[in-house]
Amino acid sequence: MPQISQLAATYSSQVFWTLIFFGFVFFVIGRGMVPKVMATVDAREKQVAGDLAAADAARSAADAEEEAWRVQENARRAEAQGVIAKAKADAATASESRLADAGGRVDARLAEADARIAKAHEGALAEIEKVARDAAGDIVSRVAGLKVDAKLAEAAVKEALHG
Amino acid sequence: MAAEQAKVDPMHQFTIEPLFGTGHWEIAGYNIAFTNSALWMAIATLALLIFVWGGLKRELVPGRWQMAVEGFTGFIDNLLAANVGPAGKKYVPYIFSLFMFILFANMLGLLPLALFGVHPFTPTSHFTVTGFLAILSFTIVLAVGFWRHGFHFFSLFVPHGTPWWLMWLIPFIELVSFLVRPFSLALRLFVAMMAGHVLLEVLSSFVIGSANSGPLWGGIVGIPSFILMIAICALELLVAGIQAYVFALLTSLYLNDAENLH
Repeated sequence: MPQISQLAATYSSQVFWTLIFFGFVFFVIGRGMVPKVMATVDAREKQVAGDLAAADAARSAADAEEEAWRVQENARRAEAQGVIAKAKADAATASESRLADAGGRVDARLAEADARIAKAHEGALAEIEKVARDAAGDIVSRVAGLKVDAKLAEAAVKEALHG
Repeated sequence: MAAEQAKVDPMHQFTIEPLFGTGHWEIAGYNIAFTNSALWMAIATLALLIFVWGGLKRELVPGRWQMAVEGFTGFIDNLLAANVGPAGKKYVPYIFSLFMFILFANMLGLLPLALFGVHPFTPTSHFTVTGFLAILSFTIVLAVGFWRHGFHFFSLFVPHGTPWWLMWLIPFIELVSFLVRPFSLALRLFVAMMAGHVLLEVLSSFVIGSANSGPLWGGIVGIPSFILMIAICALELLVAGIQAYVFALLTSLYLNDAENLH
């Protein structure tokens, strides 16, 4: 077993070269290079985490924007509904007032016409009375040969006409 | 060489052969010859350097290579986060180095380079290497424990809820189990690596021996052994990864004791 039979002759060389090469590995590779490799990994993980956070923030911002847009849109829609309702109400009021206006004019003309009719009626009645008085005077003078006073004849016509 | 001797020595693969610097490379009288073990540690270090360097492009959208490197660092990071907690972050470089160095050494030792006349060597099959790494881990655990908790660190040996009439026994058992840690850490890796390589070598000696003694024995013994070798190779790849993981996991558990007591 060379590990034991050569022990006395080789242990110092083995320990010395292990120290040299393992020392090199530790100081150059372990202390010098490994921290850089791990720093790269850490930087990458940080970047990935940062990117994920940024994406998350962007998404929530987009959500908030959409929500705000929706609120605004609803407000606009309500506003538009209000405008439409107001326009409808306005139109209804306007047409109502115009209808009332026209109705008033029509009533006025009806009343005027009624007045004219009544006046014509009265005129006609007066005419009839006059004609009847004259006719009654004539008839009396012709039939009885009497001269009837106009005033008396008028009273008699009035009595006969109006009862 | 093995075939010439008509006998395969399954332990020969673990022989350390000095490549250069045998005579005069010394520090304070200790020989530090550059051996095949040192060479394969150097290759593992170089391969690891290239691997991690390829993942250093620092692109926001990683390519395959960068993903692979980041996968390993993330794996170690999760391991420490799960076992030590937030305080474990600062041990990532050490545990990563430990895990990857052992993993690359294990894997490179399994390469079938013998087909090209090169003999791969597994440094982690020597307890001088695994022992050094285990003692290093254990030292760090002790240093962290005493630096963070001072003498209060000794309360590690008195688990919560110990009855007073067992106070003479439990701390002693805890102390022994604590002191055994570096040995278990070192021996587990060394034994797992060595056993796998010995098993492959023994099976290959069956294949060669039976094939040399004729088609009959080659068919009866050689072919099943060869199929078994393929399966064991897959198993060894798994073991190479698991043992590196176990070493890193246990070190992080011991660091958890030192950081948080219990």
